[in-house]
Amino acid sequence: MEIRLRADNCTICGVCEEACPYDAITMAAEGPEFNEECTVCGGCVEACPTEAIYITGRETSPQPQPKDTAGDVWVFAEQRDGELLDVVFELLGEGRRLASDLGMSLGCLLLGDDVDHLAQELIEFGADRVYVGNAPELKHYRDDLYAQVLEHAVRQHRPAILLIGGTSNGRSLAPRVAAGLETGLTADCTGFALDEDGNLLQTRPAFGGNLMATIRCPHHRPQMATVRPKVFPKPDRQAGRKGQVIALELPTFEPWQRILEVIEDADTGPNLAEADIVVAGGRGLGSPENFRLVEELASLLGAAVGASRSVVDAGWVSYAHQVGQTGRTVAPRIYIACGISGAIQHIVGMQSSDIIVAINSDPDAPIFSIATYGIVGKVEEVLPALIREIRGSSS
Amino acid sequence: MHIVACIKQVPDPSQARIDRETGLVIREGVDKIINPYDLHALEEALRIKEAKGGKVTVLSMGPASAEQVLRDAVAMGADQGVLLSHRQFAGADTLATSYTLARAVAKLENVDLVICGKQAVDGDTAQVGPGMAAKLNMPHITQVRKIRELTEDKLVAEKLTDRGYEVVEVPLPAVITVVKELNEPRIPGLRGMMRAKKAEIPVWGPEDIEAEEDRFGLKGSPTQVWRTFEPERQRKGEMLEGTPSEQAAALWQRLKAL
Ligand SMILES: Cc1cc2nc3c(=O)[nH]c(=O)nc-3n(C[C@H](O)[C@H](O)[C@H](O)COP(=O)(O)OP(=O)(O)OC[C@H]3O[C@@H](n4cnc5c(N)ncnc54)[C@H](O)[C@@H]3O)c2cc1C
Ligand SMILES: Nc1ncnc2c1ncn2[C@@H]1O[C@H](COP(=O)(O)O)[C@@H](O)[C@H]1O
Repeated sequence: MEIRLRADNCTICGVCEEACPYDAITMAAEGPEFNEECTVCGGCVEACPTEAIYITGRETSPQPQPKDTAGDVWVFAEQRDGELLDVVFELLGEGRRLASDLGMSLGCLLLGDDVDHLAQELIEFGADRVYVGNAPELKHYRDDLYAQVLEHAVRQHRPAILLIGGTSNGRSLAPRVAAGLETGLTADCTGFALDEDGNLLQTRPAFGGNLMATIRCPHHRPQMATVRPKVFPKPDRQAGRKGQVIALELPTFEPWQRILEVIEDADTGPNLAEADIVVAGGRGLGSPENFRLVEELASLLGAAVGASRSVVDAGWVSYAHQVGQTGRTVAPRIYIACGISGAIQHIVGMQSSDIIVAINSDPDAPIFSIATYGIVGKVEEVLPALIREIRGSSS
Repeated sequence: MHIVACIKQVPDPSQARIDRETGLVIREGVDKIINPYDLHALEEALRIKEAKGGKVTVLSMGPASAEQVLRDAVAMGADQGVLLSHRQFAGADTLATSYTLARAVAKLENVDLVICGKQAVDGDTAQVGPGMAAKLNMPHITQVRKIRELTEDKLVAEKLTDRGYEVVEVPLPAVITVVKELNEPRIPGLRGMMRAKKAEIPVWGPEDIEAEEDRFGLKGSPTQVWRTFEPERQRKGEMLEGTPSEQAAALWQRLKAL
């Protein structure tokens, strides 16, 4: 894309120079000259009274407009069967904080069929504006249509930041939208901050190491990120809070996908995400047989069973039990880590638990640094003792 | 049917050890393997070919050493492998990777189905599959656990969701990403290994895929690592001392009180 001049039309009036938000135009004797600051935003095209300026080249994606203050912070409000997911509220809490620091509004994008009634709930959890897209086709999540609507909405309203819950749908939708918009996307963020230019600093566990990385997307908008459920706390609801509800202009749908059946497994595995207590086992248990100690303790406490990736990879328990960056994020009242070293990828999935108990034979294991109660010892000795203790006290 | 499987070379996660002093992953002596999910992607491509005829192309972007995973794939039965490797491809984030792989698929012509792993275990983003689909302007289905039906022009698959699964139909060509439940990858036979040894693996650079300037590698990556740091860790908890029984008793006393 490129800005061009119809010299015949130009009256050298100087309106474009003033209209340019980037100081990219200087008036020369023959008309405007565009310097490298030009982002082809089209501001001058609209301002020009004689239609002397136009844009050529194919329409690709929105050009980076980091300085465009029109942008808001947006949260994608995923709903299922007309009910908002908890991760949406968690993101609203975080989005509210960012929007206030940036002096922006907090917008929410709500798609579905007949979902207007959810808008007020979003407002009471912090949204200033709720853009609602209603259509029968949007009733159930579909990658193709949802991506088309999101892209369209972003192109129209140009948010500065777009946060999406890292559910299975969100993790399918976000990369499609980001690629369509030619912008950056950071997966599974665990924290946000702002730099002095107002860029979003997105922190996530770094590839491979026991490290965190902070990622920036300075030249592209929106800055997109996904966040797993339960990473941020759910904010308080402010009953009666006021906000705007705006009907979203929908693009013409190009449907590809047909959802033929939706099956909700009766057996959804351990209800890790909701459990009050989680007992989790790692490689320190030494053998699949010893993992039974974890299961025994869990059943005694009415707890869910969690696991580190090492033991899931080793096949001791199924993936549904995995806690961490690649597994589930949990935030129970009590988390008991047995023979787990506390690698960063595990910790990000359980660090918001209220009470963390660590049982590990290595006094230097990183898990102890986040533990409320630490026991240096062998799991095969401590767990049976604990089980005896609990049995003894209940009888 | 022409099926493309995208495979990435990653450090073997089962060998990953962390240096206690630096908190960094020790890379020396760690083998490089095919990303585990991508083995399932390749296996499914091979099964489709065996059932319906056609050919399987494997694609990988990475350093020259990534040629090995393509040879391994040929040993398993892939018809051809193409390595996307060039100085300027380095430093790609998921957008630039999606773009580069998509350009290569476009170059391959008449591709009916692109199969990716659910995610690469080194970065765990799960973004490249859907990103490629967007760049190719094809529909996609993530987390496929079973292919129910595949014809010349459509695919019906079971997609894993947070609550169960969905049966989704898309027209071809399409991109899917797959989970481990889908199949059991085969072990290469002797004949395959012989063939792999002799196979020619072409190496493509930006010009071969007619990539646009500034859209691949570091330059084509909107996201930048701003800094890395060690997570803050301070011991704030209480250590429970004594024999295992004493420790257990002390713990239970505290938990009971909650
Ligand atoms: C991209 C990426 C994503 C990842 N995602 C996840 C994830 O989601 N979840 C996850 O858990 N991991 C994840 N990991 C892996 C993570 O980095 C660690 O490798 C893993 O968590 C280690 O599991 P572990 O603690 O069970 O095993 P180890 O690190 O081997 O630790 C075993 C611990 O047990 C102790 N121990 C040994 N013997 C005994 C005994 N007899 N009694 C008591 N203690 C004993 C040892 O001192 C040690 O601390 C990921 C890694 C990467 C690179
Ligand atoms: N460099 C690469 N070369 C080939 N395939 C890749 C590459 N990076 C990612 N992929 C494919 O995309 C999937 C998801 O990767 P990721 O988005 O990095 O988690 C992988 O399982 C591969 O199938």
